[in-house]
Amino acid sequence: MLGRLSWAAIPFNEPLPIISAAVVVIVILAVLGLVTVKGWWPYLWREWLTSVDHKRIGVMYFALGLVMLLRGFSDAIMMRTQQAIAVGNAQGYLPPQHYDQIFSAHGTIMIFFVAMPFVIGLMNFAVPLQLGVRDVAFPVLNSVSFWLTASGVLLINASLVIGNFARTGWMGYPPLSELAFSPDVGVDYYLWSLQISGIGTLLTGVNFVTTILKLRAPGMIYFRMPVFCWTALAANLLIVAAFPILTATFVMLLLDRYLGMHFFTNDAGGNQMMYVNLFWAWGHPEVYILILPCFGVFSEVAATFSGKGLFSYRSMVWATLGICILSFTVWLHHFFTMGAGADVNAFFGIMSAIIAVPTGAKVFNWLFTLFRGRIVFRTPVLFLIGFMVTFVIGGLTGVLLAVPPVDFVLHNSAFLVAHFHNVIIGGVVYGALAGYNYWFPKAFGFTLDEWWGKASFWCWLIGFYLAFTPLYVLGMMGMTRRLEHIPDPGWQPLLLVAEAGAIVIFGGILCQIAQLYVSIRTREQRLDLTGDPWNGRTLEWATSSPPPPYNFAVLPRVETIDAFWHMKRRGQAPVEPAYEPIEMPRNSPIGFVTAFFAVVTGFALIWHIWWIVILGLLAAAVGVLVFGWSENREREIPAAEIARMERARPGLGRSA
Amino acid sequence: MTIATFDAVPTALARGRGGGGPAPTRIVVAYGFWIFILSDIVMFSGLFAAYAVLSGNTARGPTGRELFDLRNVFIETMCLLFSSYTCGLGALSAERRQPARFLIFAALTFVLGAAFLVIECSEFAGMVEKGAGPSRSGFLSGFFTLVGTHGIHVTSGLIWLIYLVAQVIAKGLRAAVLRRLLCWSLFWHALDIVWVGVFTLVYLMGDFR
Repeated sequence: MLGRLSWAAIPFNEPLPIISAAVVVIVILAVLGLVTVKGWWPYLWREWLTSVDHKRIGVMYFALGLVMLLRGFSDAIMMRTQQAIAVGNAQGYLPPQHYDQIFSAHGTIMIFFVAMPFVIGLMNFAVPLQLGVRDVAFPVLNSVSFWLTASGVLLINASLVIGNFARTGWMGYPPLSELAFSPDVGVDYYLWSLQISGIGTLLTGVNFVTTILKLRAPGMIYFRMPVFCWTALAANLLIVAAFPILTATFVMLLLDRYLGMHFFTNDAGGNQMMYVNLFWAWGHPEVYILILPCFGVFSEVAATFSGKGLFSYRSMVWATLGICILSFTVWLHHFFTMGAGADVNAFFGIMSAIIAVPTGAKVFNWLFTLFRGRIVFRTPVLFLIGFMVTFVIGGLTGVLLAVPPVDFVLHNSAFLVAHFHNVIIGGVVYGALAGYNYWFPKAFGFTLDEWWGKASFWCWLIGFYLAFTPLYVLGMMGMTRRLEHIPDPGWQPLLLVAEAGAIVIFGGILCQIAQLYVSIRTREQRLDLTGDPWNGRTLEWATSSPPPPYNFAVLPRVETIDAFWHMKRRGQAPVEPAYEPIEMPRNSPIGFVTAFFAVVTGFALIWHIWWIVILGLLAAAVGVLVFGWSENREREIPAAEIARMERARPGLGRSA
Repeated sequence: MTIATFDAVPTALARGRGGGGPAPTRIVVAYGFWIFILSDIVMFSGLFAAYAVLSGNTARGPTGRELFDLRNVFIETMCLLFSSYTCGLGALSAERRQPARFLIFAALTFVLGAAFLVIECSEFAGMVEKGAGPSRSGFLSGFFTLVGTHGIHVTSGLIWLIYLVAQVIAKGLRAAVLRRLLCWSLFWHALDIVWVGVFTLVYLMGDFR
């Protein structure tokens, strides 16, 4: 009746997971209770859960990423603490099988459920506004994408309480992830939560490629698009080209586990290295899916806060597209030790060095943008400068690892751990936080507090160097990754420094929470009435903060790069246009409903509860059929209502 | 809103360089679906790659040469290729607003697609009977997954076709229905392209191995 599920699935005898799970469950129940007591459900359902507005969906993505950052970080600090104390005779506080779940969950969550929601959230929020249009190409699909991602989040967190998570590392390499060596539900949680959220990500890719290529304001030819839109285009092209590889790879591993096939098994003709190759054929483009939009954010930040146009816009665009293509030619550098031979390793080593060239060009472009600019040192600029220094160091250690003989020595060492945290924290996290500080006033109509923002920046910067510089050194000393117990007491001092760094980063996260709290409390004093708090250059600053549901009452006409900047320079007197009725997509519960069935079906698949699987798939099919029949998916906002909303806008009347 | 006061875009810009403003719904829908099909083909390419890697790993079990019946597969292939032809004729009739002709071609397409599926299922059943099921060897895992995934696509294409025929009957050939038909025919032709790869890489090359 319930497949593999029984009371034994809940780890009553292990205090640590059960306590942390209890805390999480209590917090969730408290939040739900508060929402119920305050009577916020109708508002939440109407304005957020069923919203197909790209701005709302973007905010929800980003909020999801922030919540999961707390989860991923608690995994991180548990690992750092274990490594700092489990030295020599001491065994630390985490048993090996629990520690293994923690490092697997940390990697999986940070990549798929923190970094991806951050990046997709920023793209959702900013891209249609920057393009000067009213929504993405497929708004309901966009909502489905978000809710599928949220389903993956729910499933992966369920593994905390019910059953366990994978002990395979975040890549899930076979044969360890095969049924013979991981017979319990851990790997299934990993695979199904990533399959479900992966479909959501793929649909996001389809949606945004179509949006950017087919929906732009009149006059916005490709070479007038803001650089963030270019980087979003490149990232979404990579999603479309790379995520299906991950889907196919996970399908194969699932077939091995569920139907006894032999794709990656030790016996009957399976090939484990094929998994590793396929995984990284997705995995390397994936790191560029994460970093390219952050490059875009930094480009916008550099131009806006130095009051100058971006230096060499065209080279920025070509560098972005070059990285987009080259990212498919370097995957083998993740496993030079496979033994593919000197020729193959040399090819991928050289390609990995070459892909650093366009990235280097970008760094110079940002530097020359800042050069002789009137730089305003707001929080996003601090993140930009911290990023440029940190990311260059991470890039250099990456080029070092791309040399095959060096990689043979440093493969899977703490040096590698330090390198990829260097580029992901120094690039993606700093980029996401810069974007968060930059676009927050546009989303909510008031700016974030500068003091707490800068405090969070310094904690993230100092914390990063404290936490990961020791790991570079430890890697050179021979420490491998994922150690549950440290054999060499000589490593302990550096591990204690790393632990201190993790605590400083925690300070940075606390500062962010304080920043949000303080800013909401003092929002009356920090209202953005103009819609343009930073003296911005691109079209998102041309509308009010927060923008109306339709973004622009009349689509702007674009004649240059940095369209809004040139509109302001011309300074024509405002004339009220003749408003016309606007068709906007209706809210739709289909995303939320899809998520419900995705979670139930995914859970049933993990626990082999086949009758629920069949019911869930049937329900999904019925949902698709019902939605596919419907026609009346849009509502019209009458011209009079638009005129009323536009006249109520405080910004109207200033010379634009 | 002050932005609207600026001059109209010179018409030269509206042509060719993407300056003409948002595209109409029909273009956006078809374009988006086309991108989705590209992603589907990338997924197939992952399965193709896996099959290519594993095709020699028979684990002392049966090989493709022993299992494949090229005559059957040829008939199967012809069914699918002709169904693409009738699908094209059906699409043309729909564009010309000729519902009766459309229904005839849709029925033909369905019959040919179903025949393809029947032949494929009987091939699979015969192989499983001989002890050459998907869990026999890496080669057979790759074979059943690649060919079976294509078969699942054909099955869902047929269900989708029935559903669209029902929409045509209930609502007529109006714009929204035509857009859905356009997506479906893109899907159906893409399955043909994938099958050309399957026929060549799996069956022809497997038989000469």
